[in-house]
Amino acid sequence: MTDIKEVTYDEIRHLVSDRAMKGETMLLNMGPQHPSTHGVLRLLLELDGELVLNCIPDVGFLHTGVEKNMEAKTYQKAEVMTDRMDYMNTVGNNFTYCLAVEKLVGLDVPDRAQVLRVILAELTRIQSHLVWLGTSALDVAAMSVFLYAFREREATLNILELVSGQRMMTTYIRPGGVWRDVPPEFEPALRDFLNVMPKRIDEYEALLTKNPLFLDRTLGIGTISGQDAINWGATGASLRGSGINYDVRKFAPYSGYEQYDFEVPLRTEGDVYARYLVRIEEMRQSLRIIHQALEKLPAGPVRSNNYKFVPPPRSEIGTSMEALIHHFKLWTEGFNAPKGSVYVATESPRGELGCYLEGDGGPKPYRVHFRTPSFDNLQVLPVMGTGHLVADLVAIIGSVDIVLGDVDR
Amino acid sequence: MDWFMVLEWLIKSFVLVMVLLTGFAYLTWFERRVLAFMQVRIGPNRAGWQGLLQPIADAVKLIFKEELVPNQVEKLLFVLAPIVTVVPAVVIAAVLPWGPTIPFPIFGRTITLYIADINIGVLYITAIASIAVYGIVLAGWASNNKYAMLGGMRSSAQMVSYELALGLSFVTATLLAGSMQATHIVDAQKGVWFALVQPVMAIIFLVATLAEVNRAPFDMPEAEQELTAGYHTEYSGMKFALFFMAEYIKMIAISAIAVTLFFGGYREFWFLQTTWFSVDQNWWLGPIYMFLKIVVLLFFMVWIRATLPRIRYDRLMAFGWKVMLPLALVEIMVTATVLAFGLPWYVNTFASLVPFAVAVMIVDRSLTTKKQRRVSNA
Repeated sequence: MTDIKEVTYDEIRHLVSDRAMKGETMLLNMGPQHPSTHGVLRLLLELDGELVLNCIPDVGFLHTGVEKNMEAKTYQKAEVMTDRMDYMNTVGNNFTYCLAVEKLVGLDVPDRAQVLRVILAELTRIQSHLVWLGTSALDVAAMSVFLYAFREREATLNILELVSGQRMMTTYIRPGGVWRDVPPEFEPALRDFLNVMPKRIDEYEALLTKNPLFLDRTLGIGTISGQDAINWGATGASLRGSGINYDVRKFAPYSGYEQYDFEVPLRTEGDVYARYLVRIEEMRQSLRIIHQALEKLPAGPVRSNNYKFVPPPRSEIGTSMEALIHHFKLWTEGFNAPKGSVYVATESPRGELGCYLEGDGGPKPYRVHFRTPSFDNLQVLPVMGTGHLVADLVAIIGSVDIVLGDVDR
Repeated sequence: MDWFMVLEWLIKSFVLVMVLLTGFAYLTWFERRVLAFMQVRIGPNRAGWQGLLQPIADAVKLIFKEELVPNQVEKLLFVLAPIVTVVPAVVIAAVLPWGPTIPFPIFGRTITLYIADINIGVLYITAIASIAVYGIVLAGWASNNKYAMLGGMRSSAQMVSYELALGLSFVTATLLAGSMQATHIVDAQKGVWFALVQPVMAIIFLVATLAEVNRAPFDMPEAEQELTAGYHTEYSGMKFALFFMAEYIKMIAISAIAVTLFFGGYREFWFLQTTWFSVDQNWWLGPIYMFLKIVVLLFFMVWIRATLPRIRYDRLMAFGWKVMLPLALVEIMVTATVLAFGLPWYVNTFASLVPFAVAVMIVDRSLTTKKQRRVSNA
């Protein structure tokens, strides 16, 4: 018994202060099973009373080996793994991966597919922000907001189900386009959502934005300067809340984002409240983008007709020998990507989501790596949380908006 | 002391305990349904009509659940703690009248609708209310769990601080009624409720009671998001149910106290005094009025839980000591002055609003400066 204790203390000796060794401060394990760590994050806290002196995140409880698994699958089949990483941004993960594959093999994507991708990616961003809003409000015990946010999230999931047959793990975006065209019910459903949503966002704001108790919990909590945020590699709202204007959609537009008129919300304070305001405004901007995209949605094919990489439509297989051969080759062997490596970054709801893809000339990727925003944002947590109370730490974790599947992948 | 007197007390005590226990069960149902309604959900509606059997299903489940006692706990205190918490919650209601004297004798005795009308009723309430905190502190300490300990410590600090404001609001009611006896306080509100005479103290009382019974936004000791479950983290089965029971019974009891002290007790609205709706003409209306008033207050408690985020622990203490306590002291001086000069009651109402306005301005100002400081830091 005593042996075990000494060994564990030795392991953490260099992480916490000497006072913890003498028993003057308290070491507290927060997580991996804790209602506010948003999954299986473990935090080792050194507490003086309720004041956090040290905060050491311990990740890896949800490691699923997604990247390694993808090396064993062909380029098309590996895509389904990406859904499972950041389960709040499924479409965005597919999107990033497909952009990387397209860049590697040099595929063109038809206009309609580009616009559909943008619509669904923004819809997913709203969905992800709704979950963030609900859970981070729940972290400061504003429990009703959680259920209101999930009501609207339900609508977005219904739309995703409408187009892909799946509510979360859609795999709707495929290399060279999208899976198939959207059904006719898609547009009215989306318009309904666009009509309702602005009012709903106002409702959430009515409950929180000027609520004195909420202000008290969030103002000046978890502050991080812009320079620190850059140094730690934070992206997304953690960076934009600290006054750094960096949004991949503006900075390095992909999939035609340069054609849309939207703003990147910025706050300079860098605290929990600033990140809250940034995300709320981002939802409004996403609605703007969806609105514009829906207006300009062109007719036409939704998949590239380069049948070396994209399976031919089902209707052609019965009549065309070549289509049948392409189909057979693609689904048995896959396509051979050239030797080389690419890096593609998109703006996920949490920040810059990058995909590094290396091909070795065969049908399977030699190496896939994702630069996931949650991982980089999470490492800022000790900087934000030290010197605050346990209750604040909970609010800060909520405001960083981590998804543990995204951290560990 | 004849045999019937003992029987009368037994029956009344039994009825009160039964009302509180079933009231607790249905309060959980009420809370869940009201919360569900406010949160666009349905809530429990499967067991029985509109889910009315849900509390029974919950109770059966908790009774048959395994009683876990972790290895390293202080066994005696661990078992004692839930009992210490639940008993004061039940006995606190003993001094509260829930109706007038029954106008006709039964077996030659005049029956009163309260268990004991002791002349220091208000002191009794304060004394009993403070005992409950021991249960929570003991639970937190005996559990040998860091989260539970933090919860227990929070609760002791919180309850001690808020008891001051609570006690001072008792003082107002005592001043206005000129008696500490619960029945006298109710009788004194025949003309006008104390909540109208001294609205600020009524608000302070209601805020302090939320802290006293650990309800949102002051549910610090069990703050789920921070301390998993706070002081009852290690409890399961019926021991947990006792804590749960204590919280809800305290909600009922404290609402009943609020009604007695500030909202006219079992009496009707003052403008109905001469009509059929007066308890003077129909004694059986008393318990009904009491019930309705308690339900309204409980509804407010649930409503607050659905709306407000939790206040932070240190801010809660600051609010208790720096805002509530000074404000309560000033309000007592206001009331005492008005009473000393024999001014009409509405003078008291208006005079009480002045310190209140000042307090609101100060709190608002502190929040604004916090905002400004944050901008200048960035």
